[in-house]
Amino acid sequence: MTTPGQKRSLWLAAIGVPLLLASAFALQTRIDASTRTEARIRQELLLSSPAAIKKLSLGYDSLLADIYWTRAVQYYGGQLAAQRFQLPLLWPLLDITTTLDPKLVPAYHFGAIFLSEPLAGANRPDLAVQLVQRGVAANPTVWSLDGDLGFLYYWHFRDYQNAAAAYLAGSQTERAPAWMKIMAARLQQKNGSIQTSRMIWSQIYASNTNENIRQLALQNLRGLRAQEDEQAIDGLAEKYRQQFGRFPASTRELRDTGFIRGIPVDPAGYPYVLEPAGNTSLDPRSPVIIPKEPRTPPPPVK
Amino acid sequence: MPAIEILGLTKDYAVGFWRKRMRRSLDNLSLEVNEGEIFGFLGPNGAGKTTCMKLLMGLIFPTAGTARILGRPIDDVAMHRDIGYLPEQPYFYDYLTARELLDYYARFSGFSAAERRARVTRVLERVGLASAADVQLRKFSKGMLQRAGIAQAIIHDPRIVFLDEPMSGLDPIGRREVRDIILDLKTQGRTVFFSTHILSDAEMLCDRVAVLHLGKLRGVGSPGKIVSVEVHAMEILFEPAEGHSLPPGLAQRAMPVGGRYRLELPEAALYSAFDEIRACNARILSVSPVRQTLEDYFLGLVERAPQATPPVEAGTR
Amino acid sequence: MSAMPRVVAINTFREAVRDRVLYNLVVFALLMIGAAILVGQISIGIERLVIVNLGLSAISIFGLVMAVFIGVGLVYKEIEKRTLYTLFSKPIRRWEFLVGKYAGLVLTLVINTVLMTIGLAAALLYIGRSFARADVSILIAVYFILLSLALVTAIALFFSCFSSPLLSTLFTLGIYVTGIFAADIRGFGALTSSAFLKGATSVVYYLVPNFRNFNSIAAAAHGESIPFSLVWQNTAYALIYIVLLLIASSAVFSRRNLK
Repeated sequence: MTTPGQKRSLWLAAIGVPLLLASAFALQTRIDASTRTEARIRQELLLSSPAAIKKLSLGYDSLLADIYWTRAVQYYGGQLAAQRFQLPLLWPLLDITTTLDPKLVPAYHFGAIFLSEPLAGANRPDLAVQLVQRGVAANPTVWSLDGDLGFLYYWHFRDYQNAAAAYLAGSQTERAPAWMKIMAARLQQKNGSIQTSRMIWSQIYASNTNENIRQLALQNLRGLRAQEDEQAIDGLAEKYRQQFGRFPASTRELRDTGFIRGIPVDPAGYPYVLEPAGNTSLDPRSPVIIPKEPRTPPPPVK
Repeated sequence: MPAIEILGLTKDYAVGFWRKRMRRSLDNLSLEVNEGEIFGFLGPNGAGKTTCMKLLMGLIFPTAGTARILGRPIDDVAMHRDIGYLPEQPYFYDYLTARELLDYYARFSGFSAAERRARVTRVLERVGLASAADVQLRKFSKGMLQRAGIAQAIIHDPRIVFLDEPMSGLDPIGRREVRDIILDLKTQGRTVFFSTHILSDAEMLCDRVAVLHLGKLRGVGSPGKIVSVEVHAMEILFEPAEGHSLPPGLAQRAMPVGGRYRLELPEAALYSAFDEIRACNARILSVSPVRQTLEDYFLGLVERAPQATPPVEAGTR
Repeated sequence: MSAMPRVVAINTFREAVRDRVLYNLVVFALLMIGAAILVGQISIGIERLVIVNLGLSAISIFGLVMAVFIGVGLVYKEIEKRTLYTLFSKPIRRWEFLVGKYAGLVLTLVINTVLMTIGLAAALLYIGRSFARADVSILIAVYFILLSLALVTAIALFFSCFSSPLLSTLFTLGIYVTGIFAADIRGFGALTSSAFLKGATSVVYYLVPNFRNFNSIAAAAHGESIPFSLVWQNTAYALIYIVLLLIASSAVFSRRNLK
């Protein structure tokens, strides 16, 4: 039983409703465009005191922590995607997250790597240490946090004493892997070799599931391998000089004289460049980055 | 053109929470009501009278069948200008006063403010609510709500008035007043379609009645013909004179009721009983016919037509 | 508005007034007075910020509570109490009734909000500020709050057409919260590697009314200007959803058998 009037309104709805939905979509994209980033950043920090947020969360603090944690990751990803390498909000976001939920271990891991990281992070190793120290205190049984702390002391400060202490503390927790004790011992002998660094980054790669962290670890591992290669080539070049009285002009000369079997390439596939002064460097086009030696500022007080 | 034309109206309701079954509340009803008549819609509770009214008002939608009011389909809202409706046990916005409520309803008919004021005053007077006009409806009794309901049904002088159990909740005086209103409407040439389960109301008012039982139409016609009420017996209530006892013949037949006696007897024996009672100096208090109730009547109807058992089970959904 | 919805709208407003809904203004006034006195006492240079933040948040929350709790009963109550029986015997269509009910509650919300805004202005005057051009952003923020309330009312009305007040409240608040976090939900989807989740969260983002569009309390509190383009965009955005919801409501309600 449909009257002509009903039929007409049916037709109107069939055309009108999709039309309205489409215009809502168009409007939303425009609104998004005009209220982007700046507004959003300010909004996120409308409340910047973690303690106040915890009080205002009305008991839903762990849920709120999850939201802030998601935001922190989004913020990092967003800045990275936009090629902006300044991360002023990373610390407050992680600070709020871990204050709301001190047991949110992934947030500490994330902070350990990206608060400290100079290129793809906030370049604030001091804050990273502060965050992870809080994490260790709140989660005494999680050995990986001790590992993070040891990594920070070693990698960013070359503070062997504290780094060794952190690994040792971690190795004593239940279910800690055996390599932590080995690492502690190595560091006690102030063995700051490339091999130590590679070991640490391999462990970071293996023990994290966060894609950003794994990418960074991989990048550093490649860089460290390149560093090792360079050192080896440097050594061969020195041997060459002792035999022929001058540095080789290129890696090809090294090959042709039998010092090496092929043309050595870096992890990205670019051949190494031998400079006339006898030191090896990366091809300028290579994406591989060799990690910088830390500036070794005074380590943060524990 | 008939005022109301009902063509095969059928309504199924889903009952049960989990496994819905359909219950047929109105079954293929066809009926015509002429303009200017008072039409009674009779049936015991649950016969489908209210369902039929709600279908006609467009409050619910039929499973099958159609109906026309004043020649217009029932989903034509404009036709509602010419009809009034009193639902069963009406309920209104209780934060309004009776005057405000009627003014509100009158606005839908597009009257001017002055016209509305005059109409509201007049109709309040007519249903006997003039003294309670400015009282909020939350303070109204059931009978007063019924009167307010009638008022809103007739405020716009509709051509057809639908009244669902208009007498319910009213005291004897109120019932009388409503009867007068209905008869008034008829003299003004309006059509009145009202439902009731009280036989005497129908008998007293209707030009024609329809009898509905378990969703099915059982008969249409003049009330005398359809609901031929047989008076089986008469009933005399009397009080013996002080100090006198009843003669044994009378004492055997009469039933004592709190110092009085009730005597039930065939109509033919009425006058001889009078003589007997007078003979022992007793005083006659009342004489009244013993009537069949409508329930008795319907019971008889079902017994007479045993094949027409409950019209149900349209199957599961 | 045509005659029928207007009659219903005025009556809906009258009901709200008689049910003492506007008493919430007393609470709001007390809140503003208390805040103004307290902030005036401590005077730490953020009086305006505190008053504007508090005032606008209260306007939003009070309005939200009204819109949801009255909205979910708008139609349901009339069905339950059977007040619709007599109403629909008058020459009024069901969608006209819905539009009237909706307009009545929105009218109530507008009046309530205007009165609260006057209270906020009085509090700002009390703490010793004359009004400046930058205060236009406060009015725009109030306008945005009203848009969001009108949208919430339409959502509540829609659910009220077929569901009980308790469930309708849950549904309405659920959509409201989803709408606030719509951007986060999409961001979350973008983090995953699943194309399905990415798509689904994007659909949610564009389908659910995005309530964050209407939040400019922070901008108003800091006295920043709000671009005019956002005013018309938000207006159009809200209107589109309101129209869609009213269409959906009347589609549902017009087919409904009344109890």
